[in-house]
Parts: sequence; C-alpha cells; structure tokens
Amino acid sequence: MSELSVKHLLGIKYLKETDIQLIFETADHFKEVINRSIKKVPSLRDITIANIFFENSTRTKLSFELAEKRLSADVLNFSASQSSVKKGETLIDTVNNILSMKVDMVVMRHPNPGAGIFLSKHVNAAIVNAGDGAHEHPTQALLDSYSIREKLGDVAGKNVVIVGDILHSRVALSNIFALKLQGANVKVCGPKTLLPKYVESLGVGVETNLRKAFEWCDVANMLRIQNERLDISYFPTTREYTQQFGINKKLLDSLDKEIVIMHPGPINRGVEITSDVADSKQSIILNQVENGVAIRMAVIYLLASKIK
Amino acid sequence: MPIMSQKVLLSSKEINIILHRLACQLLENHLSFENTVLIGIQPRGKFLAQRLTKILKEEYKVNQINLGFLDITFYRDDFRRGEKTLEATKTKIDFLIEDKNVVLIDDVLYTGRSINAALTALQSFGRPKDVELLCLIDRRFSRHLPIQPNYRGRQVDAINDEKVKVMWEENDGEDIIYLVNR
Repeated sequence: MSELSVKHLLGIKYLKETDIQLIFETADHFKEVINRSIKKVPSLRDITIANIFFENSTRTKLSFELAEKRLSADVLNFSASQSSVKKGETLIDTVNNILSMKVDMVVMRHPNPGAGIFLSKHVNAAIVNAGDGAHEHPTQALLDSYSIREKLGDVAGKNVVIVGDILHSRVALSNIFALKLQGANVKVCGPKTLLPKYVESLGVGVETNLRKAFEWCDVANMLRIQNERLDISYFPTTREYTQQFGINKKLLDSLDKEIVIMHPGPINRGVEITSDVADSKQSIILNQVENGVAIRMAVIYLLASKIK
Repeated sequence: MPIMSQKVLLSSKEINIILHRLACQLLENHLSFENTVLIGIQPRGKFLAQRLTKILKEEYKVNQINLGFLDITFYRDDFRRGEKTLEATKTKIDFLIEDKNVVLIDDVLYTGRSINAALTALQSFGRPKDVELLCLIDRRFSRHLPIQPNYRGRQVDAINDEKVKVMWEENDGEDIIYLVNR
C-alpha cells in the first residue's frame, strides 16, 4: 500500500484503515523533517494550494499553512469575511474563480456539513476538508489518533472516551470513525442533551458519569462547548456543566491509573478542563498541535502525488 | 509476462574483495575519520554504508565513524511524474555535517538524479566542507547529469533495458549482484 485510496480528504468515513496507516507512516518522516534546523523539503514546489476559510480558525489554518509552506507549495489564503461571498457569490463560483488562477488543491472550512463533498463533485481540484459544520474534521481526528499512537504505541485495543458537546462536534464524529477503524473502543460522555440520539449506532458506548468514564478509559479527549452552535439552552449553567463534566486535578489524581488527556483546542480553561490538568504531564495537548503539522504535510503530500 | 534473464555480475567473493578495496581507499583519504561522515542513501545505500563501516571498524581498527542514512524521497525531481506515490524511508543523521567531509554512499550510480536529490537534501543538515561519492556499481554512459563517483566498485556498460540488482546477505539472503534483462 503506497498510495491513498481517495483523491480528496472529505472525511474519515471515506478512508480505509490502510490509508490511515499510510498517512501515519508518512507523517513519521515529516515529523523528522520538521525537527531539523532547516524544516523544509522541495516536494511540492510546482503545486499551488488555496486555503479557503468560511469560518474562523487559528490553529487549523496556521497548521495547514505551515504544512504547505514546509512542503514548498505556493499558498493562497482566503477568508470569507473579506471576500465577494459577502456580495452574494456562490461557493462554486468563488472556488472556480480561484481555480482559474491555476490552483491545484483547496483546503476548505465551511459552516455547512457536506460543503467539501459538494465542492468535490463540481470543481476540478483536490479538496481537503478542514471542518464542515458539525460533520467532519478529518485532519484533527488523524492527528489525535497519531498522538495516541505516539504516546501509547498503538491505537488498537485502547479505550478512548470523548467528553463534552458531542452533538455539535465535528471533531467527535471524525474521531469516532477514525478510532473505530483502527480497532479502539470508544465511549462518549456528556449531558444527555448534548449526545446525539442514535450515537450508539456508530458502535460507541454512552456514559453520563464522568468518573466512571475515566475509570474505564486510557485516553480522555475533552471537547469544548460549542457556544456558537448552541441555538437553545442545553444545560442550566456553565458552572453546573463544569461540576459534572469538567476535569480537574483532584478527579485526575483520584484515579488509580494515569490516563492521557487530550484537547483539540481552543481550550476554555476552567470550563471543561482546569489549568493544572491542561498543563500537567498527562496532557498531550501541545504534542497534538505539533503532530498536526506533520499529519497535514502527510495528507497534502499523499493527495498531491495523485494530481496529474 | 516478459521473459527475464539474469546473469551474475559479481559473486559474493568478488563483492567482498571490492568492499575491502573501497574501505582501504576511504582510509587512505580520510585516515582517522575524525572530520569525515559516511551517509548511506536510503533505501539501498544503507547496506553498503553499514558494511563498509563494519570493515573499517573491525578490520582496520577505526574507532569512531559517524554513519548516517539519508532519505531523498521528498527531494526527488520526479514527484507526480510517475504512476506511483513516492514512498519515503527513514532519515537518521544524529550529527552535524557542518564543515565535515561527507561521503555519500549508494549501491548503483545510474542517471545521477538520486545523487542530485541527495546533494539538495544534504543542505538541510548544514554546509559540508566537501562531498564525495562512493558507489559499488557505476553504470557509465547512462548519466543524465554531470555527476561522477570518487570511489567506484565496478564499472558496468549496461543498456537501458537492463537493471542492476544488488542483493545483500542481511536483507536478501546472500551477497550477489545480477544484471537483469527486462
């Protein structure tokens, strides 16, 4: 297996297990590259990539941009807030205008689920989904699994709990697909109002008691409350949420094993996770960010090699 | 299936003699290896580099040799030009090459494009004092670039339809080199 089975990265749902392993093995090499004093390779010097962000992002956008630059690609950055989208241009028109400037690949974040899939059917470029609404965020799930693999040696057979706002989280869905594909056991934990109704049909367990979830797991992935997507009130107060579903040092220390703490960012310190936990040695939050660049380099490299 | 024929280019005994000669030539030019580093080009140059290092250490009593392996995949000039995705292997260079004499080591020198990529890749690890090239098989008349080896095991006049296959005991079961007709 030396090439991806897909031409676009639209979601983990469309990947095979062998694709994930290929991405990880390639990321291993790029991780060595980005730890050199000269962190750049010339592979993609004839490729142009447009980063199109219709939604705010700090980490993901920087991480993609850095990955592209480390591969020597030419990079165009585009934010919807400063664009003609505001003047009524359609998505296909916007992207086709960008592509007519000879762009080979599009990295897109969009508030609507399925935006990447829609685009891939209508334009002639490799598409990387950098988050589409509450649907998928594949590179985040890949870097999360890669970080687990780095910390614990393997993903298969590990118990992973995803805590928080599962209902509105694209990170949760992509993580569930990725972890299941690699043979991990997955549970979700959060207030019942923030758990999707049929989430068990994805093959995951449901737990509403945080302590029980922690006692079961090897890895806890703490998610943020997606306030910008909460159209109604899903729980009484933030304080009550923190008391029931926030992790603190006392709870962490009372467990009889050391679990690994992850967070996709941005962190709301004091809400889903306290500062002393986020900065503890059990937390691999900053490793996730570092691995993000290597994973995105691997994804872009492997997709670009299929552009003819 | 096209009919493939192969003939033995070098036997295990001949390879062994050549390896010792190459080791001696390296020793003659670099003596203590204090300011010299050996870099095997992945994937196949690794075995040759390891073998030469072993001979230098065990038979010629060179104490300290810096040996590294360089993967050139991301520096190749044929990215997206072939059918297949180029698959990387591991780079392992745990020392600085700044101001060092670098000896690049590969099993077969053919078009010279790999060496060109390796020279680009080396720049990521510092500015060497000078760079030499050692190869076991030199396929002369096949070069696309002005690159020649400083140390060569055997020169071969192979036509483009032929392939030189280098096998190593530690990887393929025996030391032998074939000329394969495709």
